[in-house]
Amino acid sequence: MTTLEQASKLKVRFGELLSEPVGVRGETTVRLTDTERIAEVCGFAKNDLGFDYLVDISSLDNYGEDPRWTVVYHLRGLTNRCELRLKTDVSEEKSELPTVTGVWRTADWHEREIYDMMGIRFRGHPDLRRILMWEGYPYFPLRKDFPLAGKPTQVPEVAFTQVAPLEGGPFVTTPGGKNAIEREPRVRTPEE
Amino acid sequence: MSDVQDIEFRDPAAQAASVVEELQNMQGEKMVLNMGPSHPATHGVLRIVLELDGEIITRAVPDVGYLHRGDEKIAENMTYNQFVPYTDRLDYLAPLANNVAYALAVEKLLGIHDQLPPRCQYIRVICAELARISSHLLGVGCFAMDVGALTVFLLTFTEREKIYNLCESLTGARFTTSYTRIGGVSRDTPPGWCDAVRKFVNEVVVNIAEVETLLTRNKIWVDRTRDVGVISKADAIDYGLSGPNLRGSGVEYDLRKAQPYLCYRDLQFDVPVGSVGDCYDRYLVRMEEMRQSVRLIHQCLDKIPGGFDNPSKEPVNVNDGKIVLPPKNRVLSGMEELIHQFLLVTQGMNVPPGEIYFGHENPKGELGFYIYSRGGGTPYRLKIRSPSFVNLSILSHLMPGHMMSDTVTILGSLDFVMGECDR
Repeated sequence: MTTLEQASKLKVRFGELLSEPVGVRGETTVRLTDTERIAEVCGFAKNDLGFDYLVDISSLDNYGEDPRWTVVYHLRGLTNRCELRLKTDVSEEKSELPTVTGVWRTADWHEREIYDMMGIRFRGHPDLRRILMWEGYPYFPLRKDFPLAGKPTQVPEVAFTQVAPLEGGPFVTTPGGKNAIEREPRVRTPEE
Repeated sequence: MSDVQDIEFRDPAAQAASVVEELQNMQGEKMVLNMGPSHPATHGVLRIVLELDGEIITRAVPDVGYLHRGDEKIAENMTYNQFVPYTDRLDYLAPLANNVAYALAVEKLLGIHDQLPPRCQYIRVICAELARISSHLLGVGCFAMDVGALTVFLLTFTEREKIYNLCESLTGARFTTSYTRIGGVSRDTPPGWCDAVRKFVNEVVVNIAEVETLLTRNKIWVDRTRDVGVISKADAIDYGLSGPNLRGSGVEYDLRKAQPYLCYRDLQFDVPVGSVGDCYDRYLVRMEEMRQSVRLIHQCLDKIPGGFDNPSKEPVNVNDGKIVLPPKNRVLSGMEELIHQFLLVTQGMNVPPGEIYFGHENPKGELGFYIYSRGGGTPYRLKIRSPSFVNLSILSHLMPGHMMSDTVTILGSLDFVMGECDR
């Protein structure tokens, strides 16, 4: 059974909630209009259409547009060899959608990563903490309005609270006829 | 001598009673042990907070992110070819495979994935399989070392060194290869390289057989790995494991077979699967995958278009000046080539708007790139689906109930790399 057939089955079950399946480069994408029902759609896809494997969840920041966030699910059926991309939009004021950890447990870390990087919250997630950045970090670094060089933070005693020096790198070496220990690269200090 | 003090010994029976009382107070008391982020068995900077009841793990909370460099953010700020060196630093034990995976993803977005010259496809398959052998040699070697068999580590590292020499003569770098370009590879194989690969694969099978004699029927090894860290088929799928960890649990899924890319459709190889899903099965799967990689490389060398040193000058890049840099000698003599060179270097290639996901069967599992383009020379969003990140998420489910000393066995058998996990 092809993915397009599977996608049209999904479309038959959920009707107007789903957009028409679009196929590009052998990949099929459907868009869900009602974000609140994402867990239900995923559950149906897993239990009735055989999409037993969640490959990945990623997120997009459509900065300057409304709705600002898009969450992208990559579904796969290991036995029927089908792949489906499911997209849904989340507005900036809300920045929240239901979790799918109840459908696939692998969603746990993917959702934590999206929360960490984009600041989109997943309602019902068992343990929604930052995963790659440290606890207490105040920004969401993959947002389009976050600069590449980083931002200073006001949290005391947290590592790397300064903007990264882009030219020359964070380490400097002192040239000259000094001994090996003094020639070692050092972290640039502000007064230098 | 005059200050003799009396030491009072308590009645032994009363002492025993007080110990028992003390132990009763400790019943149900648990110890929290912080393992890592800098620990030889965590293979990088993985931190695991373990809650122990005596020797038994009751809870394990993995903490990742110590090696986060913001690769996805960096990718949004540079052209597609500029990101190739960053892919070396994802799974730094198999940089060639990452290069191939990334190039294939961008080529899929460009729509030129079926126009790759055959010689380029064969070279890329040889690269990916060499990377697999290299990564598995390290994976098995470190796994055995963590469990106490140091000899295996020395054997496999001797062999891995030869792969680095091959990388060096092919790409100019031993470690950070950056070999592929969008639409091809950076250079053709140097003279004599294919012969050297043939010589290496003939040597490595001897080495693999030797490792096999040291481990596979070794009582200590079997005792330490059998029925330890059992991942059921259902759990493996539910947690999204991929690569040898998924196949070790008996799920026959290999992207090279399920969604054949490059020239894998024309090559014969088997996909090994485990039966129990324990650490021993994952070890066996890796050993067999190395032999299958050797088989694949032999076939590629037999079939490679243009032969070993390419006397007929078969192309290794797609014939499109808007994607691949022109030959250097033509840049300064031809107007069109000069324009192409200038545009490619300053703005990058013009990629159509769209989105694709491409998953590559990397040594560690499925390395996927989701690229969302709004047109132009840089990706709007590039998401890296790294196998190590997903494979590690099962730890909190897998560890409880095991002995403390099984931690290193389980970590070794999952074979992860933090550079890829944290991106």
